[in-house]
Amino acid sequence: MPTDSNFKRLPANAAAEVVIWVEGKPLKARAGESVAAAVLAAGLGPTRTTPVSASPRAPYCMMGVCFECLMEIDGQENTQGCMTTVAEGMQVQFQRGIRNVPEVEDNA
Amino acid sequence: MRNYDLVVIGAGPAGMAAATTAASQGLNVALIDEQRQAGGQIYRNIGTPVLSDERVLGPDYYYGRELARKFSEANVDYLSNATVWEVSDSHLCLSIDGESRRIGFTRVLIATGAQERPVPFPGWTTPGVMTCGAAQIMLKTSGLAPNGPLVIAGSGPLLLLVACQLSRAGIEIAALLDTTPKHNYRAALKHLPGALRGWRYLLKGTRLIAELRRKGVKPLNGVSQLNAVTDEDGNLTGVCFRHNGTEQTVACSSLLVHQGVVPNVQLTRSLGAEHSWDELQQCWRPTLDTFGETSVPNVYVAGDNAGIGGALVAELQGQLTATRIAMQAGQLNAEAFAHMSRALQTQIEQQLAIRPFLDQLYTPAPEFLRPADETVVCRCEEVTAGEIRNLAKTGCAGPNQAKAFCRAGMGPCQGRLCGLTVSQLMAEASDRPVPEVGYYNVRSPIKPVTLAEVAGVHPASESLQADS
Ligand SMILES: Cc1cc2nc3c(=O)[nH]c(=O)nc-3n(C[C@H](O)[C@H](O)[C@H](O)COP(=O)(O)OP(=O)(O)OC[C@H]3O[C@@H](n4cnc5c(N)ncnc54)[C@H](O)[C@@H]3O)c2cc1C
Ligand code: FES
Repeated sequence: MPTDSNFKRLPANAAAEVVIWVEGKPLKARAGESVAAAVLAAGLGPTRTTPVSASPRAPYCMMGVCFECLMEIDGQENTQGCMTTVAEGMQVQFQRGIRNVPEVEDNA
Repeated sequence: MRNYDLVVIGAGPAGMAAATTAASQGLNVALIDEQRQAGGQIYRNIGTPVLSDERVLGPDYYYGRELARKFSEANVDYLSNATVWEVSDSHLCLSIDGESRRIGFTRVLIATGAQERPVPFPGWTTPGVMTCGAAQIMLKTSGLAPNGPLVIAGSGPLLLLVACQLSRAGIEIAALLDTTPKHNYRAALKHLPGALRGWRYLLKGTRLIAELRRKGVKPLNGVSQLNAVTDEDGNLTGVCFRHNGTEQTVACSSLLVHQGVVPNVQLTRSLGAEHSWDELQQCWRPTLDTFGETSVPNVYVAGDNAGIGGALVAELQGQLTATRIAMQAGQLNAEAFAHMSRALQTQIEQQLAIRPFLDQLYTPAPEFLRPADETVVCRCEEVTAGEIRNLAKTGCAGPNQAKAFCRAGMGPCQGRLCGLTVSQLMAEASDRPVPEVGYYNVRSPIKPVTLAEVAGVHPASESLQADS
């Protein structure tokens, strides 16, 4: 697991461990925490790039307000990672650029 | 279809207290909240606290246990993980796990609390920049804390509290940058008599500052021109600012920002309830009667979304509004109501005495309310303050027209993180008061739901009871 995370786990009361899959790799998470927290704890990200300028973004408010934590969770695009609790076997993908657009013209 | 006498939205101190009180008066009550557990923002995750050391979050957090316990014993239908995306004066729609249903009621109490005020400054979209509230949520729900050089910047009681909580957890704070404008201190003095009536809050504040100093965290006061510094790959490397007339940079990998909290008005706005501009708190709040009823009959508000008063006020307001509703539902006679409400109102007034002082002291610096032109204000659509100013100068009437021209407010956050700023920028650029400029029209669904989900809401699922 990456060690260069910006976050560390403090001494905590016991809780079950849950394994989720982020970008195809297994990640151990604390039962009850949000997908966004688990991803930040592992030092993963940026979790999305914007449709407008592909600028990198990561969870900002952790309470459902900013929508910077949008991820594809179990096949559902644009899901708020900070409002979704981790579940065993959950599949998480980061979102790059525009979503829900079948074909994007390459005007390079 | 079965109707509830009262549906409460939000399980923070206001919502929990309201639901408990209303149920004890014999009302048929449901409470809906989008979190996993009851508690709201202050008592988040109070049912299963994560940190083994209770000193980190302190007694004000664990006070919520008793409130949550009483609520769990009350005769209330409680729905967790349920997001309300539409509300009218007779029903609401909520989504659980990608499925929506509809619930009817005679009265509804919206107790959706506050959100942190948007803090636009150059670089605030950089990964690694988060709000103080976000850091506190990670502390409460995951036991996570920033690792590596940390800078905390901004203004307000919650900023000091989070700094203290992190330092109690052994987290080193490289710099605490206080952006409270120096003249705020003088301006706040005129509210000192009220502040002295609320001396307990004053004492708490000074204790937090003293505790930080003991731990070697000395706030830099009067900091301005905040700027997140990144390397060529866009990674956060530090924060640049002005202090005492000189430009300085402090290296960091985490930057936590905060400029106070503001009412969450999405649902009351979407209902078309009347709102007014609160000049002292620099935010909108719903127009309410003495007992929390909005301009839309049968729709009530209590807690921080009524205007910021804090957790204890939220709890008391929840009780007061529920008592009023019980009377209107015929469960309480006028005499009993008068007696109960008077006692609650006296306590609320006492608890609110400190507010004008705090609101004046912690009015954000103008650079965060009306940021410099190059600053992104709409994070979703990446619209800058300069674009908004230009639109206002060329005669654009208000935020809703601006939306059509530049897409500010049209992204997934539906204006939650730019709405206040856009109104203030347009007011400034067109030299009009904020209330005249107005706010975005907020429409349901106030949270993204798929079309399939909206289409799937059918009358057969109109009551919670259908499942039980
Ligand atoms: C991030 C954050 C951290 C804070 N931390 C502290 C603190 O440590 N100490 C302190 O004194 N004050 C804190 N505050 C201030 C806080 O506003 C009050 O202390 C108190 O929590 C207000 O209580 P309330 O009942 O009005 O609202 P809240 O406690 O905010 O509760 C509102 C509830 O409504 C729910 N909700 C909102 N919208 C919907 C919807 N559409 N559908 C379903 N449910 C919904 C939310 O999930 C939440 O549980 C914090 C505020 C924020 C924003
Ligand atoms: S981090 Fe802001 S909505 Fe999830």
